Amino acid sequence: MVSTNPFTQMFARSPFKPMQEHIAKAQQCAEQLVPFFEASFADDWEKAEKYQLIIADLEHEADDIKKEIRQSLPSGLFLPVPRTDLLNLLRMQDKIANTAKDISGIMLGRKMSIPTLIQNEMIEFVKAAVKTSEQALTALNELDELIAAGFRGREVQVVEALIDKLDDLEHKTDNLERHLRHSLFKVEKELDPIDAIFLYKVISWIGDLADRAQDVGGRLQLLLAR
Amino acid sequence: MNIIAQHGDIIVIMACVFGFFMAWGVGANDVANAMGTSVGSKALTLKQAIMIAIVFEFAGAYLAGGAVTATIRKGIIDPSILSGTPELLIFGMMSALLAAAIWLLVATFFGWPVSTTHSIVGAIVGFAAVGISPDAVNWAKVAKIVASWVVSPVTAGFIAFFLFRTVQRLVLDTKNPFENAQKYVPFYIYLVGFIISMVTFTKGLKHIGLDLSFGNSALISVGVGFLTMIIGKIMLSRIKEDKEADKDYHFTSVEKVFGVLMMFTACAMAFAHGSNDVANAVGPIAAIVGIVNAGGEVLQETVMPSWILILGGTGIVAGLVMYGHKVIATVGQNITELTPSRGFAATLAAATTVVVASGTGLPISTTHTLVGAVLGVGLARGLAALNLKVIGTIFVSWVVTLPAGAGLSIIFFFMFKGMFS
Repeated sequence: MVSTNPFTQMFARSPFKPMQEHIAKAQQCAEQLVPFFEASFADDWEKAEKYQLIIADLEHEADDIKKEIRQSLPSGLFLPVPRTDLLNLLRMQDKIANTAKDISGIMLGRKMSIPTLIQNEMIEFVKAAVKTSEQALTALNELDELIAAGFRGREVQVVEALIDKLDDLEHKTDNLERHLRHSLFKVEKELDPIDAIFLYKVISWIGDLADRAQDVGGRLQLLLAR
Repeated sequence: MNIIAQHGDIIVIMACVFGFFMAWGVGANDVANAMGTSVGSKALTLKQAIMIAIVFEFAGAYLAGGAVTATIRKGIIDPSILSGTPELLIFGMMSALLAAAIWLLVATFFGWPVSTTHSIVGAIVGFAAVGISPDAVNWAKVAKIVASWVVSPVTAGFIAFFLFRTVQRLVLDTKNPFENAQKYVPFYIYLVGFIISMVTFTKGLKHIGLDLSFGNSALISVGVGFLTMIIGKIMLSRIKEDKEADKDYHFTSVEKVFGVLMMFTACAMAFAHGSNDVANAVGPIAAIVGIVNAGGEVLQETVMPSWILILGGTGIVAGLVMYGHKVIATVGQNITELTPSRGFAATLAAATTVVVASGTGLPISTTHTLVGAVLGVGLARGLAALNLKVIGTIFVSWVVTLPAGAGLSIIFFFMFKGMFS
């Protein structure tokens, strides 16, 4: 009976809370990369597999949330931001989780060991990338305040400051990536050529993780600019 | 004439029973939307909401329900045309009440969203146009009423939009939202007290023996506004900023301040709702009682006895206490999205619109007005997601309810006519 009451019917389920849950899941995925890499440094592939499984599970959960959000956004919905922008933001968020899964997947599959000489730089690089995606999560956590403030005024400045910091973090990650590539270049002759190629690939994917986080910030900024 | 002399008492008792039943339905179903906002935003507990609804629905019905009742009673139909056959008006009003009540029962059973107001207006127009003659209907008035059904949600939407924009500008978009909330909320509380008393005092307290000039009404309203503001200030002084809770959602403490405001708008909403919706139930009774008391004369000027409004108010409260509390709880659970800062904007806008309509004697739908008000908050980009399909549902409910109410009342009209003559 109440379901047909036009007054209660007009309140559709908010997609914003699930959006925040989704990026929180994606961030959890990315965070697992740190212990995963540490396990790989120790050549403990059993432990690494455990973390890879956690990442895969979390990625799966993020996927479920993503599907739910998409299904709960029919075109007749009145949102404070354009629906397509919101869906784009969701796609970017999802890529964080996907990238984390890809990285751990290929490393586990090939049992890729990282040369001892670059291990320190490598873990620093991974941590920087994870920190970047964490900043994306922090920015997304302001969504409910943005809605209350009507995507205007002071709250916009707060979020823009967070996005600026996100860009800085991404930039830092970029620098670390360059240095890491350089260090790898110095030792690559001692490695199996195929392993070296894949190492470059993994490095570039970790860079992608930070890039995707920055993209999330970019899409969030699009929601503000109207 | 004989019919009225013979069966006058029975007719009045029957009318009161039907009317009470209608009022019961209003209390059981329609109050929920008016009060659900406050429960959903957690500004009020369910118990508090029911207490407020009981007091203010009754007050609204009794103090400000006169004008709309007059419209239902003698505004839609031109009684002068019926001066020779007053019994037709009695049969008609009985059938209108019965038709609207049965239609509401059927609709509730199937879960169709219909409005009490539309049912009764459709029913009255139906019996008058078909059972008596199309000339008996005051079409200009009907057109005005129908127009008000479109105008009222739109007006409420505008008011809600601007109210919420002021909240955004003065409170949410500032460096110290909590301080500013404490600073500005008293003014909103003042506004609530002022608007409601202004409309009530200027538009009608004649039936309780208070006939005030416009200037006096304004003065009293300013006083009432200040009084509510002082009460509000005392309540606000107990709200302290909770920095820990604000970390998660920065406006948690601010919403607590608006929660106080929401209590006042909830009172206003209940008052407004009572003042408009009581007429749906008691307007026809008033018409019937008027004729029977006058011994069969169709008089335009008779003053409506206030016991009729009290009967309606009691019916609403009875429906609310017996069944309405369940519906309020369900509505409240469904609209948690409406936090006090948003909910107050929506309810104050709706309450203002409804109370002005009550003062002007226009029977409108409180629910549709609230829908318009919430859309206004949404247009200020203040709500997460709104389902625009309801606007279509509302139009469909008009298109279905008016002919359904009319059709049923025509059937009952001819039935009564056959039974008594």
